[in-house]
Amino acid sequence: MSPLARRRALLLAPFGAVALAGAGFYTVLGRMKQGRFDPHEVPSQLIGRRPPDFSLPGLAQFQGFDAATLASQGRPVLVNFFASWCVPCLVEHPELMALQRDGLPIWGIAYKDQPNAATAFLTRNGNPFARIAADLPGRVAIEWGVYGVPESYLLDANGIIRWRTAGPITPDVANEQLRPKLKALA
Amino acid sequence: MIPELGHFALALACAIAAAQTVLPIWGAHRNDARLMAAAPALALGQLLALLAAAAALVWASVADDFTVQNVAENSHTLKPLLYKVTGTWGNHEGSILLWGLILALCGGAVAAFGRGLPSALRARVIGVLGGSSVGFLLFCLLASNPFNRIWPPPFDGRDMNPLLQDAGLAFHPPILYAGYVGFAVPFAFAVAALLEGRIDAAWGRWVRPWTLASWCLLTGGIALGSWWAYYELGWGGFWFWDPVENASLLPWLTGTALLHSAIVVEKREALKVWTVLLAIGTFSLSLSGTFLVRSGILNSVHAFANDPTRGVFILGLLGLVIGGSLLLFAFRAPVLAASGLFAPLSREGALVLNNVLLCSIAAVVITGTLYPLVADFVFGAKISVGAPFFNATVLPLSIPLLLAMVVAPGLAWKRARLAPALIRLWWAAIVALAVGLTAALGPAKAFPALAFGAAAWLILGSFAEIVERTRLFRTSLGESWVRFAGLRLSVFGTTLGHAGMGVLVAGVAGMSLATERVVLLHPGESAESAGYTWALDSLRDEAGPNYAERVATMRILRNGELVARMEPSRRSFPVQKMTTTEAAIHTNGMADIYAVLGEEREGAALMRLHYNPLAPWIWVGALIMSLGGGLSLLDRRVRVGAPTRARSAGSGVQPA
Repeated sequence: MSPLARRRALLLAPFGAVALAGAGFYTVLGRMKQGRFDPHEVPSQLIGRRPPDFSLPGLAQFQGFDAATLASQGRPVLVNFFASWCVPCLVEHPELMALQRDGLPIWGIAYKDQPNAATAFLTRNGNPFARIAADLPGRVAIEWGVYGVPESYLLDANGIIRWRTAGPITPDVANEQLRPKLKALA
Repeated sequence: MIPELGHFALALACAIAAAQTVLPIWGAHRNDARLMAAAPALALGQLLALLAAAAALVWASVADDFTVQNVAENSHTLKPLLYKVTGTWGNHEGSILLWGLILALCGGAVAAFGRGLPSALRARVIGVLGGSSVGFLLFCLLASNPFNRIWPPPFDGRDMNPLLQDAGLAFHPPILYAGYVGFAVPFAFAVAALLEGRIDAAWGRWVRPWTLASWCLLTGGIALGSWWAYYELGWGGFWFWDPVENASLLPWLTGTALLHSAIVVEKREALKVWTVLLAIGTFSLSLSGTFLVRSGILNSVHAFANDPTRGVFILGLLGLVIGGSLLLFAFRAPVLAASGLFAPLSREGALVLNNVLLCSIAAVVITGTLYPLVADFVFGAKISVGAPFFNATVLPLSIPLLLAMVVAPGLAWKRARLAPALIRLWWAAIVALAVGLTAALGPAKAFPALAFGAAAWLILGSFAEIVERTRLFRTSLGESWVRFAGLRLSVFGTTLGHAGMGVLVAGVAGMSLATERVVLLHPGESAESAGYTWALDSLRDEAGPNYAERVATMRILRNGELVARMEPSRRSFPVQKMTTTEAAIHTNGMADIYAVLGEEREGAALMRLHYNPLAPWIWVGALIMSLGGGLSLLDRRVRVGAPTRARSAGSGVQPA
């Protein structure tokens, strides 16, 4: 290689690197558009598995539940970790009510919440939950890998976790993720 | 009607920009003076059209015209007037318009201040700027039009992200964007030089003020953003290595390298090819950062409407601008003859070291920013690269940079000896060692202690240049004063720029000693932290214009004496259903007392109490750096288009 040719090759290198990066980004964007790749997704270790074993007492007059009951429903169940002191929980509340009206059973787990505060919250805003368990020490939430409230898990008819979202179920989340998932499971 | 006028003005600007690209470059190619002379007029025309478009958008926002989609999505009747104005650039569409406006301002500035440039070079520079404008204005028109109408209009707007409703942040985007976009001018000079096939010392001299101006604005913009994160996010930190922050740091690093390599081109006609590549690279990084954030490819705390379709458009635009210029570089750069030989140990050599280190840091930051994406996409592994990686990689590269940047200004061009440059710094070295050792024996760990030493070295060593030039303490004070008064402004600029970095480093090192305590307090209770008593007096509700506020009243006491009253608060914005924390900060210049009000449970409030030593120095340091750059800019020898004249004799200044 002559010195000039080597120099040319060297000076072409930045273009090559940038072209490679551009092609890479193009592929990433393409996959994102098709919905096959989401860089924002934080996967739960529990997707495709059964929830960890647990048994929780009911909140006030409501009925509590354990892992076995949850798994033996024979139809999809949405498990929602919530608390009366959490503002985003109030944000997602209307959507939970709508999902419940559509016939999806929602089982709530009151996370680190005083029973009277939680019941007052439900009396004031309406109760979307079929059952409500109280996780006052927050131990079960830790075992599920919950990193904040609200957080929701969708279990299929066999009790396997199929979908999870951290943060409020906004209308967008419900319509673009949860409802299609439900349709696929039905 | 007015939004339509704005829309029309935008389209007009795009058409003018197209003419601004084709005519001058064609004219320069054909050596047609009339076509080249059209360049400044077209650049100013494009600027006027875009000013009109921006004014129309501001009008729509201030007049609460919710038929304009952009206003309906980002404004609200109750939003304070200031944020109605600044909110126009706080969203994706508006920010792209602002981007285009600043690009047009750059073109207008070259047209107005570039009279001293050779007409062919000026025509090409304005043409290249016009070409970039066409791309951005097309993007604005086709994929993110701020003037889109909706019908029927909503009763009221959706309001702006409450985090952005902040006076500091309101002016952050214009300054930051001016920094980003300003690098379009060195880029245009680089492309123009490649088109011409010629780079000489004069080119270096013309490029430098533009680079310097952008660098000052970018420094200020980044500092403002970091300051906002510090007081508004309420996490007590100032830099989170978030992709958006990294995206602004990258052009700053390469821009700083460009600033220094352009000096070598100007003084010695060396490093020409490298400087051109840096100019292209810096603007490319400015553009790519925006792309990565807006397309939703990278995760960030900064919310922008993420849209892969838009991403493809920007990617195509980037491909044209970056790919095109690099291809031109590959073909034309080999003909740029290298000249100006120098020994490794010389001022040039030191500036090369500066470039190598700055670009290595940039490479590390790019790697850390993109690696999670690569790992996710290629290996399917969700990982997050955070502060530990960046601290472990950036710090070791920064230390030699900080040590060298004091010595370098004392080295001679071509061939230098290290000993004289070091000997005149003996006093700075002693003080720096003392500071470092004191910190190491005291509370600081190894790296912070090193950073404290480096900061002292940097601040004192930078002033050594002035001490040396004025022969302070070695001649009479009067003589020193005469020498001082005769110093060029750019000498003070360099000194302040480097010393400002030292102040910033001291602030960062101080922050490593910050303490944080989380306590649950009932009103009337108090907690001890960092040697202060933090007493919570009361909690009350207040109403703001478009939010409800929960305010805590606190007293900070030291040994029973009142130091400060503070009112940290939490605001909830009903329209956006969001809560923001308003940290209360009390500073005495040497440390910040920083309190955040968190959730409340059973009458008690969760409070975070931070004590951040030297925190204000971070932003003061950045401000000093910016001012230093500004001072250099005022130096007539550097000033835009100023003809080079020999200095009047008799001022007694030794040549550099």
